[in-house]
Amino acid sequence: MSGESTFEPKNGAVEWLDRRLPVFSLLKRQVVDFPTPKNLNYWWTFGGILTVFLALQIVTGIVLVMHYTPNTALAFNSIEFIMREVNYGWLIRYMHANGASFFFIAVYIHIFRGLYYGSYKAPREVLWILGVMILLVMMATAFMGYVLPWGQMSFWGAKVITNLFSAIPFIGERIVTWLWGGFSVDNPTLQRFFSLHYLLPFVLVGIVMLHIWALHVPGNNNPTGVDVQSSSDTIPFHPYYTVKDAFALVCFLSVYALFVFYKPNYLGHSINYEVANPLQTPSEIVPEWYFLPFYAILRSIPNKLLGVLAMFGSILILVFLPWLDTSKVRSASYRPIYRQLFWIFVLDCLLLGIVGSRPPAGLWLLIGRVATSWYFLHFIILVPLVGLMERPKPLPVSIREAVLTKELRAEAQIQPGE
Amino acid sequence: MNRVAVFMIGLTGGNASMMAVEVKEPTRRDFLYVATGAFATIGAATALWPFIDQMNPDASVRAVSALEVDLAPLEEGQSITVNWRGNPVFVRYRTVQEIKEANAVAVDTLRDPYAHNPALPEDAPASDVNRVVAGKEQYLVQMGICTHLGCVPIGESGDFGGWYCPCHGSQYDTAGRIREGPAPENLHIPPYKYIGDTKIRIG
Repeated sequence: MSGESTFEPKNGAVEWLDRRLPVFSLLKRQVVDFPTPKNLNYWWTFGGILTVFLALQIVTGIVLVMHYTPNTALAFNSIEFIMREVNYGWLIRYMHANGASFFFIAVYIHIFRGLYYGSYKAPREVLWILGVMILLVMMATAFMGYVLPWGQMSFWGAKVITNLFSAIPFIGERIVTWLWGGFSVDNPTLQRFFSLHYLLPFVLVGIVMLHIWALHVPGNNNPTGVDVQSSSDTIPFHPYYTVKDAFALVCFLSVYALFVFYKPNYLGHSINYEVANPLQTPSEIVPEWYFLPFYAILRSIPNKLLGVLAMFGSILILVFLPWLDTSKVRSASYRPIYRQLFWIFVLDCLLLGIVGSRPPAGLWLLIGRVATSWYFLHFIILVPLVGLMERPKPLPVSIREAVLTKELRAEAQIQPGE
Repeated sequence: MNRVAVFMIGLTGGNASMMAVEVKEPTRRDFLYVATGAFATIGAATALWPFIDQMNPDASVRAVSALEVDLAPLEEGQSITVNWRGNPVFVRYRTVQEIKEANAVAVDTLRDPYAHNPALPEDAPASDVNRVVAGKEQYLVQMGICTHLGCVPIGESGDFGGWYCPCHGSQYDTAGRIREGPAPENLHIPPYKYIGDTKIRIG
């Protein structure tokens, strides 16, 4: 795929720098000319959207830190101060808080796209595993960020999640005390969470760079799942995909802006506008929406250690997916049975999300257990088995052929109407 | 390091020639390599410790203050919650009916058979009397922290007339013992003793 890119600087200064640090030729090769499959659909635009959101979270976060105070006596009031007194403080805080939610919306779509089109399969396993690491670090970052306003949900969310580690046999209690820096979630906890919440986004930047590096070795997967064979299968990234990504980004940002300006608290919990009280748990504690499916898995299992293991396992199992999926065909478009399983799995995750928001009793508990079982059944039994038994549809010879056939068919459909 | 292949480069008359020599016994140089490596590893690990230990409770947190609680104002059926080391402690003046209910449960049918009372041996069974101080059965003093994930349970609720945790639905009976839900253990009992007829010191 490579070898088509040539960089001939017209400017003397550019040439001088590029010979010493080849940033321009790197950008030319990896961004401007990068050969990209010509058939990528809009599901492929979320990688770019995610990069923008990471930058947005870092910029708004750095600004918020200029006004926030990480101390249990001052934190809650400093947030209110940002909301009421700081110029545009309300905007920047709402951008940051809703930015987290939209970051997760984009990352979940990005992951489901990978699951549908088999983007985790050889030779993209390391790319996929780096993605799972990004998800884990994102979750840790979001969790610690939610603690900082020091409201009731901040406090009790922190307490419940850190207590997950007490399930570890023998040393669990000591680990929890170490995480807290005390005998309960308190000022030392808030201060270290603040420190880490500032650090982890930059760790994310690092892993994202590796993720993109690992992407640029084999190049993009595509909706057919067929490898790129010649230059007739690809188009340069710029301007074709820079424009497509930009258009998708504007659409996504419009929905985001709708929330920031008109429903800024819709995705949050009103109880977090009440200052943390270590002696009273709110009548219902619920994590942020993006953690609900995992929370449902935790609560479905009536054993503490197993519940915690299942919750972490539900994410870590993704690491093994490239080897659990036995099918050589990447795209679900050519896998009739897996395609149905994929959509059932999407519904299962949504169902787990609903279960996670309901009290853990009666029918909801039962539904939660069924949905949790299905989640693991999907990865451990169904995916390996279907790969062996399924008869895939015939694959197109090349990306070019798939695109041309589609165009010809579209033309044939138009003609009878004339 | 019994069988180490050492590649030696012999320089003879300006021409470099290489020969492989199989040496069975470790040489003085191998010893120096291993010793240096071990020294550096242990040194790095030791230097790491302060950075880990700084996250443990600091001196002000460790200086645990004892808390005295006067039980006299409590009437039968009343509960109070006190703050000890940043955590809630439930103190309840139990009704006769509640004590009777707690005693009616066979200890061997309990989910967690241990009393978790620091005043007693670790394997003390979770009988009702082991959860309190003998002769003071009416006063139940326990940590108000669900043993599942640390929420504060709500008193006088749940199917067993004791405590119900709103977070994940754990239910405790009138002696604070786990009966249903994901919590693995009975509510823990803080270290405390009576310093008067109706006065206790926690801690």
